[in-house]
Amino acid sequence: MTLRAIWAIYRYEMTRFFRTLLQSFVSPVISTSLYFVVFGTAIGSRIQQVEGVSYGAFIVPGLIMLSVIMQSISNASFGIYFPKFIGTVYELLSAPVSFLEIVAGYVGAAATKALFIGVVILGTASLFVDLTIAHPFAMVAFLVLTCISFSLLGFIIGLWAGNFEQLQLVPLLIVTPLVFLGGSFYSISMLPEIWQKITLFNPVVYLISGFRWAFFDMADVPVGISLVAIAGFTALCLAIVWWIFRTGWRLRD
Amino acid sequence: MAPILRISNLKKTYKGGFEALKGVDLDIREGEILALLGPNGAGKTTLISTICGITVPTSGSVTVNGFDTLTQYRQARAMIGLVPQEINLEPFEKVINTVALTRGLFGKRRDDALLERILRRLSLWDKKDSRIRELSGGMKRRVLIAKALSHEPRVLFLDEPTAGVDVDLRKDMWNIVSELKAEGVTVILTTHYIEEAEAISDRVGVISEGRLLLVEEKNALMARMGRKQLTIELREKIAAVPPGLTDLDLELAGDGMSLVYTYDTQKERTGITALLAALSREGITLRDLSTRQSSLEEIFVGLVKEGAA
Ligand SMILES: Nc1ncnc2c1ncn2[C@@H]1O[C@H](COP(=O)(O)OP(=O)(O)OP(=O)(O)O)[C@@H](O)[C@H]1O
Ligand SMILES: [Mg+2]
Repeated sequence: MTLRAIWAIYRYEMTRFFRTLLQSFVSPVISTSLYFVVFGTAIGSRIQQVEGVSYGAFIVPGLIMLSVIMQSISNASFGIYFPKFIGTVYELLSAPVSFLEIVAGYVGAAATKALFIGVVILGTASLFVDLTIAHPFAMVAFLVLTCISFSLLGFIIGLWAGNFEQLQLVPLLIVTPLVFLGGSFYSISMLPEIWQKITLFNPVVYLISGFRWAFFDMADVPVGISLVAIAGFTALCLAIVWWIFRTGWRLRD
Repeated sequence: MAPILRISNLKKTYKGGFEALKGVDLDIREGEILALLGPNGAGKTTLISTICGITVPTSGSVTVNGFDTLTQYRQARAMIGLVPQEINLEPFEKVINTVALTRGLFGKRRDDALLERILRRLSLWDKKDSRIRELSGGMKRRVLIAKALSHEPRVLFLDEPTAGVDVDLRKDMWNIVSELKAEGVTVILTTHYIEEAEAISDRVGVISEGRLLLVEEKNALMARMGRKQLTIELREKIAAVPPGLTDLDLELAGDGMSLVYTYDTQKERTGITALLAALSREGITLRDLSTRQSSLEEIFVGLVKEGAA
């Protein structure tokens, strides 16, 4: 491992981000505000509280997760797809670095950006509702792990994608539904019995539940299971990345 | 001295089943400039890509200063700089950032003074904060060179560095190459221009259909390649080459209306004066004269035929 190479990729990717900092900052602020207006006001006027937490505050962890997951995937998938698309990938392939350094640089940058957006959303949300964080450490840990694991997933998607349509395909067809049905805006206990069971097959449920626990000390599933789920997902992504690393899949002819 | 680059029986079959390299053997000496000539699709870029780690060889091996490019890729690649044939650059990035990125990727510590020197030498210093898309094609190509030089390689690959480049820049490029040679850098370049190979290389390799047909000292090759034809159109038809001229390399053509004289431009005497004198002695009157140098394609064809014979 050469740290300099990882740092070079990381810094390069981050300058791209800083170039569009205003955009990166403004769009989550606006979208979060919109969510609060639509969900907080429209639905919140009907559901005042969920298990003792005001509805406005209740949706904050889910809202953050939603954006962080989408951002991680799109940042990382675009990050590695772009060099493939414009041809600058030659540079990564001919450099004296292993695949792991490439992954660390790109995933690290993508995760950092997503984390930044997550923090911006948290800040925006706290302007609208009163927030307390019961387990700040766990909150940060969940957030960081989510950023990393979904950036890994995004990296894999970016490697796999052969065109822009494919780049959008997985997030659109799989991730968005899972995230929206993952309990961002409701508690699982609010669902009919049968859906409570079905929903447990959705991995995002565990993430949001665990993250919400870190805020309000309440959860749909035990927090231990949430931790195992996110750790397992990260491990799975790492394993796939390691396999890609061994085979050079989709990078070298 | 051990070669800086040793290519042994290198083969590459692409996924579709196309065999782009059919067993290439080549030793390159440290500090030399090798020009690889070959028609489109010959496998020049494939050869370079396989050495640099962009494609994986199907079989065979490459070592750089003794380091295998597959098993010891870190040491091997650290020595290699690559200027690709295609202009692959991120349009919105600044020149200085993209150059610094390459240096970082090669694990070298930041060195602003060195980057300044490289950019100045390539006349890019005043463009260092420009975005790539604001540069002309020739400037972009120089950015690619700056990137490759940024990590101080000992072996530099230039894949068609002067394609689509104007005369001035081409001369510039040649100067840069000879400066690099003076510093001891080994340069391997591909080109379609025989004058380019002639101007800067020490040795010339000819590659065609995935095979290295020959590698030869430039001077020896130039002598072989420097053949030219003089076509003499006659006012009156003749039936045969006049007896007084038969010991010259003359052929009758165009239904007896012209004579073709083949000669060597590299020779001290081309024999043209003598030929013309002999023609007038024979009382042959001329209508027109034209000369033609054999093109690179013809030379390739000649070489392939020679190779087959
Ligand atoms: N990725 C690839 N997959 C399949 N075939 C390829 C690939 N890259 C190159 N080829 C084929 O391999 C052969 C050699 O290509 P290469 O690019 O090495 O030629 P070249 O000598 O560099 O030609 P040029 O002078 O046009 O640059 C060509 O027939 C080309 O079609
Ligand atoms: Mg080529």
